[in-house]
Amino acid sequence: MELYELTCHELLSKINEEKTSSQQIIRSLKDRIELTESKVNAYVRLNINDFTCEHTHNANSALSLQGIPASIKDNICTEGINTECCSRILGGFKPPYDATVIQKLKDAGASIIKTKTNMDEFAFGSSTENSCFGPTHNPWQQDCVPGGSSGGSAAAVAADEAVFALGSDTGGSIRQPAAFCGIVGLKPTYGSVSRYGLIAFASSLDQIGPLTKDVRDCALVMNVISGYDSKDSTSVNRIVPDYTQALINDVTGIRIGIPQEYFIEGIDPEVKEIVEAAIAKLTLLGAIHKPVSLPHTEYAVPVYYLIATAEASSNLARYDGVQYGFRSCQSRQSLLDMYKKTRGEGFGEEAKRRILLGTFALSHGYYDAYYLRALKVRTRIKEDFDAVFKDFDCIITPTTPTPAFGIGEKSKNPLQMYLSDIFTISPNLAGIPAISIPCGFTKKGLPVGLQILAQTFNEEMLFKVAYTFEQNTPWHLKKPKL
Amino acid sequence: MPFSLDTVKYVAHLARIELKAQELEIISNQLQDIVAFIDMLREVDINAINPTSHILPLQNVLREDTLVESLPIEKALGNAPERKGSFFGVPKVIE
Amino acid sequence: MEYESVIGLEVHVHVKTATKAFCGCSTQFGNQANSQVCPVCLGFPGTLPVLNSKFLDSAIKVGLALNCTIQEFTKFDRKNYFYPDLPKNYQISQYDLPLALHGFIEINTNAASKRINILRVHMEEDAGKLMHKDELSLVDFNRTGMPLLEIVSEPDLHSPQEAYDYLTILKSIIQYLDVSDCDMEKGSLRCDANISLRQIGEQRLGTKAELKNLNSFKAVKDSLTFEIKRQAEILGRGEKIIQETRLWDAKELKTVSMRSKEEAKDYRYFPEPDLTPFLITKEKIDKIRTTIPELPKEKALRLIREYGLTEYDAGILVLDRKDADYAENCLMSYAPADKKPIANWLIGPLLSEAHSLNCGICETGVSPAHLIELISFVEKQQISHLTAKSVLSEMVKSKKTASLIIKEKDLIQISDTESLQGIIEEILNANQKSVQDYKAGKENACMFLVGQVMKKTGSRANPKVVGELLKRRLSDA
Ligand SMILES: [Mg+2]
Ligand SMILES: [Zn+2]
Repeated sequence: MELYELTCHELLSKINEEKTSSQQIIRSLKDRIELTESKVNAYVRLNINDFTCEHTHNANSALSLQGIPASIKDNICTEGINTECCSRILGGFKPPYDATVIQKLKDAGASIIKTKTNMDEFAFGSSTENSCFGPTHNPWQQDCVPGGSSGGSAAAVAADEAVFALGSDTGGSIRQPAAFCGIVGLKPTYGSVSRYGLIAFASSLDQIGPLTKDVRDCALVMNVISGYDSKDSTSVNRIVPDYTQALINDVTGIRIGIPQEYFIEGIDPEVKEIVEAAIAKLTLLGAIHKPVSLPHTEYAVPVYYLIATAEASSNLARYDGVQYGFRSCQSRQSLLDMYKKTRGEGFGEEAKRRILLGTFALSHGYYDAYYLRALKVRTRIKEDFDAVFKDFDCIITPTTPTPAFGIGEKSKNPLQMYLSDIFTISPNLAGIPAISIPCGFTKKGLPVGLQILAQTFNEEMLFKVAYTFEQNTPWHLKKPKL
Repeated sequence: MPFSLDTVKYVAHLARIELKAQELEIISNQLQDIVAFIDMLREVDINAINPTSHILPLQNVLREDTLVESLPIEKALGNAPERKGSFFGVPKVIE
Repeated sequence: MEYESVIGLEVHVHVKTATKAFCGCSTQFGNQANSQVCPVCLGFPGTLPVLNSKFLDSAIKVGLALNCTIQEFTKFDRKNYFYPDLPKNYQISQYDLPLALHGFIEINTNAASKRINILRVHMEEDAGKLMHKDELSLVDFNRTGMPLLEIVSEPDLHSPQEAYDYLTILKSIIQYLDVSDCDMEKGSLRCDANISLRQIGEQRLGTKAELKNLNSFKAVKDSLTFEIKRQAEILGRGEKIIQETRLWDAKELKTVSMRSKEEAKDYRYFPEPDLTPFLITKEKIDKIRTTIPELPKEKALRLIREYGLTEYDAGILVLDRKDADYAENCLMSYAPADKKPIANWLIGPLLSEAHSLNCGICETGVSPAHLIELISFVEKQQISHLTAKSVLSEMVKSKKTASLIIKEKDLIQISDTESLQGIIEEILNANQKSVQDYKAGKENACMFLVGQVMKKTGSRANPKVVGELLKRRLSDA
């Protein structure tokens, strides 16, 4: 086995036994990237000769991620290192500060890779095609998308170009690419990982989370990045459990709800079959499952696109050519011209579409009919989950209705693209944690993801069920041929 | 149908985004479809429901009134497209 | 046609805190541009606000002092608009659930006191500053994020003078609370005015104009006076008022329309997702209530009651808290039961000294004890009132005590008849013509002779005694 193929926990024990070092791991990753990156395009602004890490010179090997390189999505701020959200409008932006998660990774001894991972511009998308640096390709089938918006992070991990990566998830942006790329992706409970330094898309929905090669790595990373941060008013002050304690190979008596609304017309028959087989497997391992109802499921997509775009329209107003990033170069124009040209030229098509939709939803005369109504239906969606979790420990669904689709297949039809998030959006609206793990492959060889949902702050339940499934199935061990 | 061409123009002006003629047409068609889809929310009975703008029951998050070091000026202006001395520069605002 | 003017004021006040509303940057005034900024107040991508607890407490204090109801549940909203002094292109403010509602303050009108209702008090962040230079506008974000209170009155004011009085009382209350400097020059108090006219007896409101760029209380008064005349003329011609924002031009003394540069306001307010809501408990409110000092109105009533001051005198003395404390100190230390003399000194000579120094009566350097000492010289008739006034000026200038100045300059009045009689004889001898005139019935001649005695003694003679002695002497002869 090459070093780049290993998981965090495998590398950590090698480092502990002094069989390898941080430098050797980086070198191995670099070799791998040199070999495969041209097929994947997981990283942006990559200069292979300059592929380095921010080292924390901490000799204490007891640190939980000592020597492990971390790949970071292009929307998480790294001090002095370009962070551009894969948008022209943030071209050249070097944040003057580190995101809290970056600080925590450094404190845990991880090395931050200076080249960031590809994404849909400002996390607007489900395919990583909306990047000003060009699309990322799915490592399993390069004419397919890796999912999005954290497609670069997911593809890098799947292609062994990263040991693990951080992504962000507003409506599925970690779980959907994790499913498309056959890896593990977690969207933590809203408020459990600090958003300080995550360039906001939709503040009430965004969470940073890990994309990893297996469930144990996911728990290890969560141990490091989660926890209270006084710089984030929406961060919850609670004691962070040791998530690795939840890695127990036993689901006996666990009550799983299967929402009927997720197995609807339009779901790919192969995906349906594979997910049902996965549920059967868990039943075989001792879990109990029953059909449940989340009656407001069909409204999740419209609610999401109103709330997320409304917040985004305001969050993205700051990109105006005054303090940082791109400014339209027509000199000596009026201020209004400068604003309009900078934003007209600096934002990509999808960003403009979402800003306009969000501006509309908040504008005079439409607020009540659109934005306020969406906030009320959001309450209903949350109540649906609360009702189910009275009687069930977790909910299982497919992560996506289809496996990875072709590059270009949906990019001309934004509504079609939005509907590909149909299963991942509700957990963001409800604030609950959700994980996607690989649960099989289609005949064409594309991975399928299993989504597990639990109650607020019950990540441990997700880890327990996911770990048990993983320990009893081979899917996480499969690697794409590149 | 709220999404007329004029609505798109008005909203684009509010959002300070210049759209080329062709872009305007494509986007306004797409937004028309999206809003038609979103209109399915009208089916939901929203009487007597409170809106959820914060999903967590958090409240009263405050900080002490204690000083934190500000950025050095060079860092504050390090990314500025245009500056003059320690000021950011923008095209003249006509008052 | 007779019109009634209907005026409402929107006042913005900087709250005194060490750090900004949502970040730890200093709130100090007047430092190098962009030296008091951080990623948060610059609105850098990825940053988040956290509310300053002192800002909230001070805001509650102001709400209570203005007799508002503090809301149990309050939240922040974003007000979205593009302007280069606003780094995020939205302002964190409060929209539909402000901190405090439905208060009032009382102002004194000619007849009686009048209640002016306050619609709301809410918290928000300030914007930066723009400077215009050649082809560029220059932006300084030091002021960005400073904690600001917006205090909105109901349209209960009906004259420029009432607006002026309202501002004076409001400023006085806020200064008593020690939550703001209320310094218009530094921009820590700013005011916009809404004004419309309607025919007397009409209930509906007329179309209003919003006046901006009001840089002093006088500007508020002057601009309103101008605007009343302008609107009355338009209405008198049978034309309609256009709803618009008008800028006060303090040089030309007129308001100017800025309609051309304005556009429809569509601020797209929505709840600020980066801040939690705030539940204000009764315990918290009660605790803050105990920190509110005696306010000017109550203080004035007490001074009237305890020291027998007139309403007018008390009203002037309580406007500034430190001045009021100083005045009360003087009143207390002054032994006689009738406090009128010391009140007269405070409102008369001392106030005019303070005015010429552009400071409060407590800041002239004259302590209450020293002022009382000065007054006692007058009361013992050792110096004249006129002399005392100049001694006071000298005290302010040199920081010396009255007794020292009187001694150094030998100012004690000559009141003993013996020494004065000698001088009077001298004067009479030298001014025989005037003596003749007096005897011929010209009363003025006596005044002239008193003047001569005063001149001879370097103003030290007691003029009353001199007058009496002269008259007696002249009728004898
Ligand atoms: Mg305001
Ligand atoms: Zn700051």
